[in-house]
Amino acid sequence: MNAATHYALIGAGLFAFGLYALISHSHLLRKVLAINVMGSGVFLIFVALTRRSGAVAADMVPHAMVITGIVVAISATSLALVLMLRLAASTGRAELPDSTSR
Amino acid sequence: MTILDYTFDLVTGLGLLFVAWRSLSCTNLFKAILLFVAFSLLMSLAWVRLNAPDIALAEATIGAGLTGAILLAALAQLRILTGEKDSRTRDNATPATTAAQRWLRVLVILPVGAGLVYVVATLESVAPGLGSELAAMLPSAGVGNPVTAVLLNFRAYDTLLELLVLLLALLGVWSCGRPLQHAKSHVDSPALSVFAELLIPLLILVAGYLLLVGSSAPGGAFQAGSVLGATGVLLQLSGRPVGIRFSRASMRAVFGAGVSVFVAVAVISGLLQGEFLQYPAEYAGLVILAIETASAVAIGATLTALFFLGPPPSGEEPG
Repeated sequence: MNAATHYALIGAGLFAFGLYALISHSHLLRKVLAINVMGSGVFLIFVALTRRSGAVAADMVPHAMVITGIVVAISATSLALVLMLRLAASTGRAELPDSTSR
Repeated sequence: MTILDYTFDLVTGLGLLFVAWRSLSCTNLFKAILLFVAFSLLMSLAWVRLNAPDIALAEATIGAGLTGAILLAALAQLRILTGEKDSRTRDNATPATTAAQRWLRVLVILPVGAGLVYVVATLESVAPGLGSELAAMLPSAGVGNPVTAVLLNFRAYDTLLELLVLLLALLGVWSCGRPLQHAKSHVDSPALSVFAELLIPLLILVAGYLLLVGSSAPGGAFQAGSVLGATGVLLQLSGRPVGIRFSRASMRAVFGAGVSVFVAVAVISGLLQGEFLQYPAEYAGLVILAIETASAVAIGATLTALFFLGPPPSGEEPG
């Protein structure tokens, strides 16, 4: 197994971890962290798989797209955190109500 | 691949998984955020191992640095809003789950994870990619760094829209209104003050270097902009309020600088060349540098503004 496949598999693991945390936690800050971890997993798979081109010149297009993605991720994270704070300001809680228990 | 490389990759990969898992499962949210910062730093190590130094720089400055700062700022405000010192930051709100519910979740996640692993492991070991096309077109791009060439020339649309996303996020954050109560926005520490005085000129210098070197080596507008953003956060934390001295119009000009210059270039190149964002080859380097400079300033200002999680506390009307 080469380094590229190794990191792509790690990325798959990160995506699964993030998805699990996203659906199992009700605190919104944790959900934001989970989405960020999922995003990192996607980026890792995306870039690692381009290393498969082997001897041919390295494919830098995904690198540029991941840099774009990182900036979009921080924009989305900030907006999500502000929405969370607004929710906390109006309800006193930063969690989504659990529909089964309420 | 030597045994040392292999060990390094193994430790980094398992470390990533372990830190991510701890960050997402520990009960203390403060600890979770710190672990997430550590996770981002490990990610930038992984990027270096994947021969992606441009991404490593962006991940270290944006992923670890600024995202961490914004998360901590949000946590501090959350503590004030929920009115509890420390207990509420423990994530004890997650309702007690039965073993059956947990297993159901695992049953949902397992096929997703296993499917991804299967797809990744069974892909063809050689894929063409766009590497050779990129190498063939690079001489006409105006810059020597292929990542910068893709970001600001070949796929400039992406970058233009990304700057718009950043601007939209800022508008969204400001539209949510000022936070009801302000967390203390700076730290009273003589050490931090002295440290900031030494560090801020250096950070601005580093940002300028990253901006200029981006045309031929890893670096560029995003890395430079995020270092500027970190400078703004440091200024604020060390008790030198940023953004207050700007009038509203000039503030908006700074935030919109990247998009404005980009759109101007797009329109002018559209009129002259017949196609949007098709730079004349002999001026491409200059055009890219102009866009990058404006973008770096705008990105830096926007990221600093996002750190406030609301309109800047400057005594002006929100908006």
